[in-house]
Amino acid sequence: MTINEKQNNIVEEFDQFDDWMDKYSLLIDLGNSLQPIDETNKVPQNIIEGCQSRVWLTADYQDGIITYRGESEAILVKGIVSLLIQVLSGHTPDEILNTELYFIEKIGLREHLSPTRSNGLLAMIKQMKLYAIAYKSKGG
Amino acid sequence: MTKEKIEEIRQDFPILEEKIYNKPLIYFDNGATTQKPRCVVEKIEFSYYHQNSNIHRGVHYLSQKATEAHEAARSKVARFLGASKREEIIFTRGTTEAINLVAFSFGEAFCKAGDEVIISVMEHHSNIVPWQMLCERKGMTLRVIPMNEKGELKLDVLQTLMNERTKIISVTHVSNVLGTINPVKEIIRMAHEKNIPVLIDGAQAVPHIHVDVQDLDADFYVFSGHKIYAPTGIGVLYGKEKWLNAIPPYQGGGEMIQTVTFEKTTYNELPFKFEAGTPDYIGSAALAQALEYVEGIGIQNIAEYEHELTKYAELRLKEIEGMRFFGTSNEKSAVVSFLVGNIHPYDIGMLLDKLGIAVRTGHHCAQPLSDALGIPGTVRASFAFYNTKEEIDLFIEALKRVVMMLN
Repeated sequence: MTINEKQNNIVEEFDQFDDWMDKYSLLIDLGNSLQPIDETNKVPQNIIEGCQSRVWLTADYQDGIITYRGESEAILVKGIVSLLIQVLSGHTPDEILNTELYFIEKIGLREHLSPTRSNGLLAMIKQMKLYAIAYKSKGG
Repeated sequence: MTKEKIEEIRQDFPILEEKIYNKPLIYFDNGATTQKPRCVVEKIEFSYYHQNSNIHRGVHYLSQKATEAHEAARSKVARFLGASKREEIIFTRGTTEAINLVAFSFGEAFCKAGDEVIISVMEHHSNIVPWQMLCERKGMTLRVIPMNEKGELKLDVLQTLMNERTKIISVTHVSNVLGTINPVKEIIRMAHEKNIPVLIDGAQAVPHIHVDVQDLDADFYVFSGHKIYAPTGIGVLYGKEKWLNAIPPYQGGGEMIQTVTFEKTTYNELPFKFEAGTPDYIGSAALAQALEYVEGIGIQNIAEYEHELTKYAELRLKEIEGMRFFGTSNEKSAVVSFLVGNIHPYDIGMLLDKLGIAVRTGHHCAQPLSDALGIPGTVRASFAFYNTKEEIDLFIEALKRVVMMLN
């Protein structure tokens, strides 16, 4: 599945709910089912410091594709981390770098990305792309 | 205060009618900023429409009017704080600027390498960072008063922290996270025994409790307008005349000068020496209006009613399993800080928001305090006199729902 197909699937999944609390319930479920990051990887260099909740992110590069893992202390943030990983993991650096992430806005969770929310998500997306740039130059 | 009285008061605050995500707004973030009554907003409008002119300079009618309003506001603030002279009231942009002013100017006049400043563990960043900057600039040391498990400062430790190197003590009157009302009169008495001046951060105190700077014997007392129903951008530094005369100006510019030549400038007298540039004379007039509004309700009535609200909120919050309170001092202001089990405060705050309830989450700009408590922050509900028990009931129902979702 392409990155955009994945994004569209997520948008569809969230679209079935009108009520905010139902959307957030889904996000909580996603957060709870996120494969936890290995404790040994919860080291300072993997932390994306947010004002309110910390986010951890790691990336592996094998056979031309990147696999991300992430986690957060806050379950709602974890839910969004889970979505980001679902969308971007398993793709090549080029695919990741050429992607416009529109699904967060479309499912109405843009406020979590506001710089003033300071939950580390915006920085996480930036970090995911930075990994892609780094692996691209390594690969090329 | 009666239910009818509160209903009447609520009519003065149009924003309380707002719908958030189609739900009636419940505003429990008054510790961050308060909503504005109609009379304050009307004062701003009136000032701009009928009285706007730069002050202290013009010979013309409007300038006189604006100047009178600004200086009347100064007198109003002086009376509100119980200051002995109106010249002891300096208008600033807020608490933060007032503390920065003292940290800089007092530091220039009285501090040198090896000296010490004492603050407390429950300070807002605005009462930490300016002193850290002073310490870095001068090669001084910052000392910190610790607290007990109820969130009360340990005055016996303060006694051991004070020495001949201590130049100033700066503590908050009311903690923005814990709600603790600190025994500042006692702290000032202890400090004065050793001839150490004290600055009190009154940002969280003046909206809720009666303050008399002469009774406290505070050397400096600061607060922000926007936390007491006035607009943002206006605040107050009270300083004893002897201190304000003894410290140099903070910023240079117009208004604060006596005479200027390229060789030498002499400074204006108090209070103008500390008000460089065009002051926020619209803001000062609106602040005076806000103080009048508060006095109209009566600070004692406000204190009693908010105490009732806080106690009721605490009582009802105890119904929730896993409730953990932070700040359980006997002397508390209108703040309830809590966590539920190990749920992250961000999650609770985000979901409450979707139900129309505004609370603050996180470390509330007092990161060292969160660290001392070993938590990522708290959820904070902070009340004002326009809040009601019915709102607290709705908040509790919403919180129960949110906790169920997150557990």
